[in-house]
Amino acid sequence: MAIHPREKRIILKYADEPGYTPDIDCYMRHGGYVMLKKAVGMDKQMICDEVKNSQLRGRGGAGFPAGVKWSFVDRKSGKPVYMVCNCDESEPGTFKDRQIVHKDPHQLIEGIMISCFATDCAKAFIYIREEMPKGAKILEQAIKEAKEKNFVGDDILGSGYSCDIVVHRGAAAYICGEETGLIESLEGKRANPRIKPPYFPAALGLYMCPTIVNNVETLCNVKHILEMGAEEYAKIGRPNNTGTRIWCVSGGVKRPGYYEVAGITLGELVYDICGGPKEGRTIKAIIPGGSSMKILKNGERFKGKDRDGNEYDWGIEDIPLDYDGIAAAGSMSGSGGMMVLDDSVEIPVALANLMAFYSHESCGQCTPCREGSLWLKKITTRMVHGEARPEDVDLLRSVADQIEGRTICAFGFAVAWPVQSYLDKFEDEFREFAQRHNHLGGDRTAAKELACNH
Amino acid sequence: MEDKDNLITVNIDGHDLQVPAGTNMVEAAAMLRKEIPHYCYHPKLSIAGNCRMCLVELGMPGRDRATGEPMLNEDGSPKIMWMPGPAIACGTKAAPGMHIKTDSPKALESREAITEFLLINHPLDCPICDQAGECTLQEFSSKHGRGYSRFIEEKNVKPKRTRLGPRVTLDDERCVLCSRCIRFCDEIANDSVLGFTDRGSYSTLTCFPGKELANNYSLNTVDICPVGALTSTDFRFKMRVWFLTEINSIDFETSVGTNTVVSAREGKIYRVTPRRNDEVNDTWMTDSGRELYKIVEAEDRLTACSVAGEETAATEAIVKASETLRGGKTAIVGSGQCSVEEQFALKALAKSLDAVSVDLVARYGEDDGLLMSVDRNPNVRGALMTGLIDTLPEERLEDLGSKIDSGEVRTVLSVKEDLTEAGLSEEQLSKVDIVFLGTHRNATSEKADVVLAGLTQFEKSGTVINQQFRIQKFNRVVPGPRGCIEDLYALSTIAANFSDEKFPSTVGSIWKQLAGENSQFSELSFQSLSDQGQVLDGSAFEHLPFREGKSLHFEPKREAVAAE
Ligand SMILES: Cc1cc2nc3c(=O)[nH]c(=O)nc-3n(C[C@H](O)[C@H](O)[C@H](O)COP(=O)(O)O)c2cc1C
Ligand code: SF4
Ligand code: SF4
Ligand code: FES
Repeated sequence: MAIHPREKRIILKYADEPGYTPDIDCYMRHGGYVMLKKAVGMDKQMICDEVKNSQLRGRGGAGFPAGVKWSFVDRKSGKPVYMVCNCDESEPGTFKDRQIVHKDPHQLIEGIMISCFATDCAKAFIYIREEMPKGAKILEQAIKEAKEKNFVGDDILGSGYSCDIVVHRGAAAYICGEETGLIESLEGKRANPRIKPPYFPAALGLYMCPTIVNNVETLCNVKHILEMGAEEYAKIGRPNNTGTRIWCVSGGVKRPGYYEVAGITLGELVYDICGGPKEGRTIKAIIPGGSSMKILKNGERFKGKDRDGNEYDWGIEDIPLDYDGIAAAGSMSGSGGMMVLDDSVEIPVALANLMAFYSHESCGQCTPCREGSLWLKKITTRMVHGEARPEDVDLLRSVADQIEGRTICAFGFAVAWPVQSYLDKFEDEFREFAQRHNHLGGDRTAAKELACNH
Repeated sequence: MEDKDNLITVNIDGHDLQVPAGTNMVEAAAMLRKEIPHYCYHPKLSIAGNCRMCLVELGMPGRDRATGEPMLNEDGSPKIMWMPGPAIACGTKAAPGMHIKTDSPKALESREAITEFLLINHPLDCPICDQAGECTLQEFSSKHGRGYSRFIEEKNVKPKRTRLGPRVTLDDERCVLCSRCIRFCDEIANDSVLGFTDRGSYSTLTCFPGKELANNYSLNTVDICPVGALTSTDFRFKMRVWFLTEINSIDFETSVGTNTVVSAREGKIYRVTPRRNDEVNDTWMTDSGRELYKIVEAEDRLTACSVAGEETAATEAIVKASETLRGGKTAIVGSGQCSVEEQFALKALAKSLDAVSVDLVARYGEDDGLLMSVDRNPNVRGALMTGLIDTLPEERLEDLGSKIDSGEVRTVLSVKEDLTEAGLSEEQLSKVDIVFLGTHRNATSEKADVVLAGLTQFEKSGTVINQQFRIQKFNRVVPGPRGCIEDLYALSTIAANFSDEKFPSTVGSIWKQLAGENSQFSELSFQSLSDQGQVLDGSAFEHLPFREGKSLHFEPKREAVAAE
């Protein structure tokens, strides 16, 4: 993919360069593994401090500071510590980790090995989405090459530190990306997320040992933090929102794709880089961070006070494109999967589509998510198929409210937030839609089939 | 100040309460007699936290971020920082100063929500469901539900009447996916055969391919299933549970002495289920123990006394038995299946008859480390403690055999034991007069001169002493066949015939003697004995080579001798 001039590419610096190949020689010609060589000569704590000072935040969804996460690891247990790289990438709208794995796998391996060395992990696992068979092959090959060069395996580069990487194909479900579900799956079980407390990965993770789970992109950043130094790295972006982020833009824009940027606004990404709405269309709403995140409505004003007490009053295009900026607008940057809905999209239809996804992906463990998500799907599907009732709009909200915050894992939020935010921002459209699709007595077969077949 | 005996103070709905650190909040609330409704939580299984019925509001005393000092209200009390969302009480362990609200509007609203969710895809078929009347979903729905439905969609369809194993039937539509049954199989029965397939609301409980739920504990899943998803194939559709009278009893299968509840209606027993005793069987029991009630109406049941093969009234049979025993040179074969009271009476009888010998017949089987011990008699220790015997019994009555051969023994009183099975030959039996007191026909009853038809453990009351020397009581559930006679009455009457004193013939009156005579039983009475039993001092018998290995709540005092 062509690199847009407004991008600031660090992670994907070489990935799309013509002639850049995923083999180790190519990677090393481009300065690969220099940082690992440096790292194994460094004090482990110093590397951890660098990561902490860089203010690197997780790229997988929740945006938790990586250095802080590393510091939580239970060191007193006497058990081995494991590193798990979350490459399950299945949040709808997200396709960034795939680029890294397919085009620059050694960067990930180097990032993992530096992180493992710094946190003294006994073993690393890459949990790769089942639907990325090619990626798994590429990683296997890359690890083989890295082992031959002693970057992975026993006594790495003569440092006395040994660590292996295991590639594990995922179990083909969205919930496998939730870190404790992932751990269960890695142990060979159903990916049922664990209750927290007590099963925080930092203490009782993989095989009940302390475990660090980080996203692919997060781990890649570690290499660059070491290369630039925390201070220099932290200058990219804004404080607390440092480094670049890879945004995956899909939907109603002229140039959908992935873009690595820093320090720009949402408007700059959507209009300048992605070319704005398609011909003859206008942007209706944007889901900023993967389908689970709350929707932002075009035309809405986003007002409030930031941390320093400065007031802001933004249109959608003014929202700073980072963790805190999108949070200030009432949503989250999530996994960086941005979906642009133009005026051809009917919001209730979009919601029905999404609910079909979530009800299909709920692991089914806990009552509110299991029952609520399918109920939401049945209601929205029925509405779309002409059997809407005026009271459905309030019912949808009530069901979502009954899920939110009552579940084992964050999937519950992922189901509830779209419903709540779509209704918040587009209530009129829902009510009008319900009126228009109120053909009671009509043929319900299609709706039933769609609603009840999984 | 908090750490006295490791007790900490928590606050539930405004009441301070001292609990051991780590107590979960469902149990803590129960100490205040507050029920936090729950489905997936079970006191003897790991915490799954999946049903979310036990959601409560949770708060902890706040600390100032900068100084670390406790934050205080104006009145000086600690300021409680309440969590924004509800927390599961079952997965929340008591910590110093923890506050929970179990009946706040938020907590109540959570319960309503969970109840609604559990019902939307539930078939609501209580009228034809076996669990009705003892169904947690039914109870909580009426207590915590909204009372109306907002669900107009099609319900999910799932498999019905699935055979999970020889004794358990599954209705997946009723399953609330609490995973109790799965955890039981994994954690207690050590037989992982159950799991969920599919996802989300289509999740379906099932047996692993090629496996079945057939272990000897499978019916515990039926007990702990909070709904009518798992039902006992034996009990299914036999009786509405609200018609049943429940009587506390003890399992007679082995020396473990599992506590049970026997349910009956109008003189007929319908099922046996476990009764919680945290020192003996927790909340579990074997499948085989649940079948035992079937001995009451078995084909080979002795329903009338007889003399020389002719049916007689019980009183006549007793007179005849006394006469037979008067012949002298009598040996007594008692039983580890008898109650303490019967053994006590038998001992008195042995004394007044000046019996040549008193034996018991040992029964041994393989133990399973849980509730089946090697010793398959429920009350060998009772025989020891009443002084009926003073060594462990043998499986075969070889001594008695040679005494018969030598003519030293001419008469045998066998209580419950089949002498043929215990190793005596046809020839030996034909050499002696036999009085048999028992419940079922066997080779001995066929040969006996006098047969006293006795009662099963379901038809009488008494006590037995288990492997821990815990004395436990069982109670009469049904009256027993008309022609039968209570064993204790029979033994006492015969004993009275041989002595000048009047011998007590009821459990209550026997206890007066027992308590007076034997220091081990003093200060005890049948009436006052708690339903959890009481451990007696068995140290006098510690030197005996008991064969039992470890069971759920029993550690052998000495190396168990492997059963040969
Ligand atoms: C339902 C659900 C799905 C998730 N899927 C992914 C995923 O596919 N990839 C990922 O990196 N994180 C995913 N996460 C987030 C992880 O739980 C975890 O927070 C993350 O991997 C931590 O890495 P980070 O700190 O580097 O972001 C998911 C979370 C939830 C609740
Ligand atoms: S919230 Fe949903 S996905 Fe998460 S554990 Fe509960 S049922 Fe499973
Ligand atoms: S069958 Fe019963 S015990 Fe098992 S998961 Fe379903 S509701 Fe729970
Ligand atoms: S009892 Fe089920 S979540 Fe607590």
